[in-house]
Amino acid sequence: MSWIENRFEEGLIITSLDWAINWGRRSSIWPMTFGLACCAIEMMAFGASRFDIDRFGAGAFRASPRQADLMIVAGTVTFKMASRVKRLYNQMPEPKYVMAMGACTVGGGPYFKQGYHVVKGVDLIVPVDIYVPGCPPRPETLMEGLMRLQDKIKNQTLARDRWLSAKDEALETATTV
Amino acid sequence: MAPEEIANILKDKFGNKITGSNFETAHPHVLVEAKSWLEVARFLKEDPGLTFNLLRSISAVDMLEDDELIAVYDLCACRPGDRETDMCAFDEFCVKVKVPRNNPHIPSVANIWSAADWHEREAYDLMGIVFDEHPDSVMGVEGRHPRRILCPDDWDGYPLRKDYRFPMEYHGIPAVTEYEQTRPVH
Repeated sequence: MSWIENRFEEGLIITSLDWAINWGRRSSIWPMTFGLACCAIEMMAFGASRFDIDRFGAGAFRASPRQADLMIVAGTVTFKMASRVKRLYNQMPEPKYVMAMGACTVGGGPYFKQGYHVVKGVDLIVPVDIYVPGCPPRPETLMEGLMRLQDKIKNQTLARDRWLSAKDEALETATTV
Repeated sequence: MAPEEIANILKDKFGNKITGSNFETAHPHVLVEAKSWLEVARFLKEDPGLTFNLLRSISAVDMLEDDELIAVYDLCACRPGDRETDMCAFDEFCVKVKVPRNNPHIPSVANIWSAADWHEREAYDLMGIVFDEHPDSVMGVEGRHPRRILCPDDWDGYPLRKDYRFPMEYHGIPAVTEYEQTRPVH
């Protein structure tokens, strides 16, 4: 949607469009089938019938990053895996969201001190939207994370970012002067 | 067959190539010198009285004080047993091979027990014991060595050695926190 983003000021049309687009986006977050360690078991439980993320429209686990909106990094990210995580993130189409699930991806977790092989938080590799702590987090926690992500998507807008545009203008005037 | 009996067979056959033994511990074993380990291994596998046809595990131990590394081979022999009782004859035996820490070379037994293939790669990866003539070898800076199995191929050092130093970064990703970078304790 980059052809329409950051072009218009906020107005009746844009906010209505925002409402419709954000409703669509947050009601069909397709996660990627991507489990790295024990957290993936909880993620599977989250997807299965007892906890059932289909209720939030996020039940379609896609086996390809090209069809996914959300990357749930479920499990320990090792240095060997880091380049693959980054590549999978780059292969996802915009808009894309990342959820860091579990203590290891939030900040190294139990491997923070003595793990020579563990990336101390997946936010050193890819930008993270939602942090879900726990070791591993229960499916209810993940559900909470998903709902917070939906709240985040709800507040997105196509309109030009006032703060960013002010910064751009300031930069432009600075360079012209 | 008791471990002592197996050790006596080995001592009769190989003499002083068997450098020691200990049967008082919970893990009775004999020590074999590194350069003749291949022929001892072949004998253990192929002798009709022993037939150690299964390699259960290879462990590696870092003895920092003695300045040596130990490879521990756990063998077991399963042969068809008594037809009446339907019991399988079962023997266990353990061989240890000691090598100096600065030049750890042991001949590979992956051609005798194919289970040794991945075990030796792991022992190289984490402890740095070089298994010569391993079927899955690559050329390194200090000669041929088994391919790494768990760490990335360009990993530096052997992580389970007692004097291992943690990496400060890997391909631009910081491996230690800011706090540790200013006060390194590893």
